[in-house]
Amino acid sequence: MAVGIRTQDLRKVYSSAPPLGAGGGFIARADAKGGKQAKSEVPALNGLSLEVFPGEIFGLLGPNGAGKSTTVGVLTTRVRPTSGRAWIGEHDVWQEQALVKRLIGVVPQRPNLDFSLTAREILVFHAAYFGIGSKERNERADQLLEKFKLTERAQQMVRGFSGGMMQRLSIARAMMHDPQVLFLDEPSAGLDPQTRILLWEIIREYHQAGRTVLLTTHNMEEADALCARLAIVDHGHVIAVGTPGALKATIPGGFVLRLRFGNQTPQLLERFQSLAGVREVRSADDMGVDIYADRGGSLIPEIASLAASSGAELSDVHILEPSLENLFLHHTGRSLRD
Amino acid sequence: MLARDAHVARRNAIQLLMQTFLQPLLFVFIFGRVMVGSGYMPAAYKSLLLPGIIAISMVFTGIWAVAMPLIAEFQWTREIEDRLLAPIDVAWIAIEKVIAGMLQAVVAGLVVIPLAWLVLRPGVEISIGTPFTFALIIVLVAAFSACGGLALGCSINQQHIGLMFSMVMTPMIFFGCTYYPWSALKTFPILQKIVLINPLVYASEGLRATLVPQFSHLSMTAVLIALFFFDTLLLILGLRQFEKKSVS
Repeated sequence: MAVGIRTQDLRKVYSSAPPLGAGGGFIARADAKGGKQAKSEVPALNGLSLEVFPGEIFGLLGPNGAGKSTTVGVLTTRVRPTSGRAWIGEHDVWQEQALVKRLIGVVPQRPNLDFSLTAREILVFHAAYFGIGSKERNERADQLLEKFKLTERAQQMVRGFSGGMMQRLSIARAMMHDPQVLFLDEPSAGLDPQTRILLWEIIREYHQAGRTVLLTTHNMEEADALCARLAIVDHGHVIAVGTPGALKATIPGGFVLRLRFGNQTPQLLERFQSLAGVREVRSADDMGVDIYADRGGSLIPEIASLAASSGAELSDVHILEPSLENLFLHHTGRSLRD
Repeated sequence: MLARDAHVARRNAIQLLMQTFLQPLLFVFIFGRVMVGSGYMPAAYKSLLLPGIIAISMVFTGIWAVAMPLIAEFQWTREIEDRLLAPIDVAWIAIEKVIAGMLQAVVAGLVVIPLAWLVLRPGVEISIGTPFTFALIIVLVAAFSACGGLALGCSINQQHIGLMFSMVMTPMIFFGCTYYPWSALKTFPILQKIVLINPLVYASEGLRATLVPQFSHLSMTAVLIALFFFDTLLLILGLRQFEKKSVS
């Protein structure tokens, strides 16, 4: 039986700087100027409610500091929420910690491998913490080392491992006790494309064994390729939830044309609205316009001539193909990479 | 988890031995052998010194063995996170650290005895008149050092390790009645009262009471009560700090 995940109205305010459990993600400082306050309060989650169905791969998508890692921290007993509740299956994370920890496996954003042990020992000791018998844990360690292509390095200390190897070993470790729910915090950050593909295969395979996977990412491609459903998170709450396809379908038109002008006249927005294929026109900051449309490049000549006839000077044009990135832009007015 | 720490300790055994024993060995040599041998100190000082040296080694080892890995594991490698996710209450992980530290402290204390005896001989008169009391003192001292290590290790930042040694360890050792008995402070009545807040005083006086009862020492009851009090206090403090550190 697969196990789901649920959170209800999670809030978290950090009263001091870098949270360990949150994987050291950068949290946007809401009160950067707070000179008088001795303690700067950093809100990380602002009423985040979420439901992950049993046995699905679910993605949390958002920019750095959106609250993804904190959400994972709360669900994995590492960050105590200021208010709100979280469940793994039927179990309240903060009331049945030991039980919950048995159900989950966690791959942290930053590798936290035991530098005093060899790769194989890390796996074996991890299984021992979970009370797995010695024969079984040795067999499992060998299987996982094989699967993650680490057999050759099994007897070496992890100190000298590359980032990709550490990441693979972290995932192998999280799978050692065969958890029902696997959390991966930015699993492919800093991996080369080859390793990333190996990683995706392994995640899919694990999911096919009936396990629930929750991953955080700011990589659109990854979210698109892996996740059955996604939640887009920004400023500590969920902006939109759905399958990648359904979410993309909510973007008016699909294409986004980001235009920047040297100067701009007010009538310009209305005039763009009247072009064929344009669904929505929004002014972005002072000198910019974002046009949501169902065609891309073919609109440019018309836009250019409209702009010229109203005396506006076009300084930059950027065309975005239909993607989750546009979705984020549509919901927040900001690009994921900002 | 104890097995993991034992495994790591075995791997670093030589380094561990060096860091534990060099300092007490040098102290024993200089104070016990050179000073006494050259006639600056009476021969009886050797026997007086030994319990203090044992106390220093135990306390130093225990604090070091718990505090240093904790500081590194929480702030640098974050390696402890894996154990924080083991399906038990996080307090047990702290308790495991304390037990591992206690074991190391006991080993350190017991190894110093023959070592010092080799360097100091002849003329050391130690006797374990009451084995049970001796064992109890050893356990209480080990517990104090390990709990102290837990409390310190969870309260101190990586960049303040040096500060911890100069501000906490050094005064503790010098005002810990390690190189002199507590009764020797009677000419400094105020200091004699102040040092009573230093738990190391009870450790060295307690060991003195069981190993060299011929010298004047604090009453055994007072020592036991004080050590027990400090053990409990530091354990509670340490566990609180540990939980604060492990859950943000």
